[in-house]
Amino acid sequence: MLSHLTRRILISIPTLILISIFVFALQKMLPGDPVLALAGEDRDPETLNRLREVYHLNDPIWQQYFHWAMNALRGDFGTSIRTGLPVSEMILQKLPVTIQLAVMSMIFAVLIGIPAGILSAVRKGTATDYLANVVALSGLSIPNFWLGIMLIMLVSVKWQLLPASGYVPLTDDPWQSIRTMLMPAFVLGTALAASLMRHTRSAMLGVLRQDYVRTARAKGLPDRTVIMHHAFRNALTPVVTLSALLFGELIGGAVLTEQIFTIPGFGKMIVDAVFVRDYAVVQGVVLVTAIGFILMNLLADTAYFLLNPRLRVG
Amino acid sequence: MTLRRILLLAALMGTTAMAAEAQTLRIGLESDPDALDPDKSRTFVGRIVFTALCDKLLDVTPELELTGQLATDWTVSEDGLTIDMTLREGVTFHDGTPFDGEAVKANIERSQTLEDSVRKSEVSSITSVEVVDPTHIKLHLSAPDAPLLAQLADRSGMMLSPASFEGDVAANPVCSGPFKFKSRVAQDRIELEKYDGYWNAEAIKLDGVSYLPIPDSTVRLANLQSGDLDLINRLAATDVPAVEDNPNFAFAKATGLGYQGITFNTQNGAMADNPFGKEAKLREALSLAIDREAINQVVFAGLNAAASQSVSSVSPYFDPAFPVPARDVEKAKALLAEAGLEGGATLEMQFPNRPENQQVVQMIQAMAAEAGITIKLTAKEFASMLSDQAAGNFQSSQVGWSGRIDPDGNIYGFVTTDGGFNDGKYSNPEVDRLLAEARATSDEAKRKELYHQANVILMTDLPLFYLYNEAWLYGLSNKVQGFTAMSDGMIRLENVTLTE
Repeated sequence: MLSHLTRRILISIPTLILISIFVFALQKMLPGDPVLALAGEDRDPETLNRLREVYHLNDPIWQQYFHWAMNALRGDFGTSIRTGLPVSEMILQKLPVTIQLAVMSMIFAVLIGIPAGILSAVRKGTATDYLANVVALSGLSIPNFWLGIMLIMLVSVKWQLLPASGYVPLTDDPWQSIRTMLMPAFVLGTALAASLMRHTRSAMLGVLRQDYVRTARAKGLPDRTVIMHHAFRNALTPVVTLSALLFGELIGGAVLTEQIFTIPGFGKMIVDAVFVRDYAVVQGVVLVTAIGFILMNLLADTAYFLLNPRLRVG
Repeated sequence: MTLRRILLLAALMGTTAMAAEAQTLRIGLESDPDALDPDKSRTFVGRIVFTALCDKLLDVTPELELTGQLATDWTVSEDGLTIDMTLREGVTFHDGTPFDGEAVKANIERSQTLEDSVRKSEVSSITSVEVVDPTHIKLHLSAPDAPLLAQLADRSGMMLSPASFEGDVAANPVCSGPFKFKSRVAQDRIELEKYDGYWNAEAIKLDGVSYLPIPDSTVRLANLQSGDLDLINRLAATDVPAVEDNPNFAFAKATGLGYQGITFNTQNGAMADNPFGKEAKLREALSLAIDREAINQVVFAGLNAAASQSVSSVSPYFDPAFPVPARDVEKAKALLAEAGLEGGATLEMQFPNRPENQQVVQMIQAMAAEAGITIKLTAKEFASMLSDQAAGNFQSSQVGWSGRIDPDGNIYGFVTTDGGFNDGKYSNPEVDRLLAEARATSDEAKRKELYHQANVILMTDLPLFYLYNEAWLYGLSNKVQGFTAMSDGMIRLENVTLTE
């Protein structure tokens, strides 16, 4: 298992390098001049030229990339040309926000998606199954921004139960922090719950047809034990993979939801950075996100070993 | 089912922590300010935060006249080459450093020499700062510079504690304004707290102020309505009734100094080679085809002000000789015919991909069609549009300007031959001469005459024309008292109170 993990980690290094080159090149292909976008209403030509010098924008692209990569290796992701703050500091500020949102969304997704999936598999073809399917499909098809605005209008403006938007750090006021993030996490969670539900359902259906399930039932084991212990545990593999991937996606930021609820996470950061062509920020966030995604994949792999004893051999 | 469950949960959690920070005013801004360093700042919202954080040498009154702030008195010499300033006594920076003539000298020199200072051009006419004594300074200029005083009422006149220069100013700005810097989380909030040593401390009734960037105007309004914000900037015109009709909220408005208009590519590269780039008559025809007041009524519920000149109607420099022209489709058609284009003309127009701009240009498209002008619209993401414009890759652009106190700031860079914003590369030596002279003249009446003469030419050449002046719209909770909207769009917190 250890050698397997080491191999996976080694493979991920070229992946990361490729991602960073790709993102760098894509950004340079975007029309628009970062200095012009930044200068906004102070477009003195002399100033513009000086800013291009300061941020090495006149250098050849490969040199700019090299410059960035060398610094990144030492943990220096450069300076945001918009805020003048170090990118690594900005990322560290956003990381807890994004992780909190991702964790809370996953809790919603898992709490709704998996029980609904099990229920609809066990009661296949009944009204419960159809209802769960309809709910799951609505979760998938209702746009996040719409659900978000509707929730703000009802829960915050009309009933005044939760703060409309914003973010309170968990360390400042845990209670208020969770309250503020309930709605965005719910919005994201319902959308993810839908795919989790569908996957749990089909995995469960597959397992429930297996001989050992019939055997377990024949032994006279209670339904609950058969479903949770024999069937569900074996159906978990695809569900765990999917959860890990979904979580990895959440780490990348949820652009629309973050925008609507004004959550200062990665999604909002990267979009704002793209609009002002703040290359260093985009580059830094993408790299951190990619690392997060790769880590989640590794975690999913490790979970297989724990769930499936057969894989532990060899 | 799920919705109800979450609501129940929320209800169970109760609504604690509602009235925790009673005396901190929470302001919703439309975007996150950039670097909080007056010498590097470039955004409008950044100026709003600086208004509370950093005092300037001069300030402006609601009537847009200059008034003293850190300088109590100033005189410009007869030849316009020296400005004498008397500084306020007993002022300290937020770190306790006293404010004096040496501090002014250090700050102006920082604006001039800091590597990535964006203020350099604004203070380039200052050759030296002479410190006569701690409360008197003389600014020596290379040439008379009328707009300089207005710059000193803006970021160029903001004073940082010289002791803070060595540190990271943007991360911890130390100024001398009514509020001092407390903390900032990028894209989330900027928090300031009252500075007890402020020279005008009795006018400051708040304990602190938080600025929260919330880009979506619907969400900004929702935060005001839910009590999470006390004041919001840039209320959408369409949301004004929702605020006005609710007794818990108030609405404030001031006509701004900026404008929105249409800029033509007259001489910038191959794209200038089109009928509208070559013929002023056609640009006039388009201008006449547009009903500016209709745009204001339809898109902005009549809250903005139709405009046809570079300075706003609230500016002392507004030129009454050029009222907003009435729509005249017949004349527009006649002009087209004069240019030999009876069959109609086609113009490409780019605009920023924002809903309001889109509505405006679509109305223009429809109105122009009635005069025989076909407009091809292209929506562009703002940064791309700016570079296309600078590169001459456009026929016409629907763009705007946030406006400056001094009339020079609204015109000089846009129409003079080497102007930084002159993307259409319009060039007329007479306009250059008149505007340069207006820059070097401090007498208001003389300057007005020079701007008038320049306007006479510009209204014929029409390298750009104007559509409307934007109004600054604010939504306030009734708990906020003493707030006045001002034309410069800044949020001043003197005598603003927050009651429970």
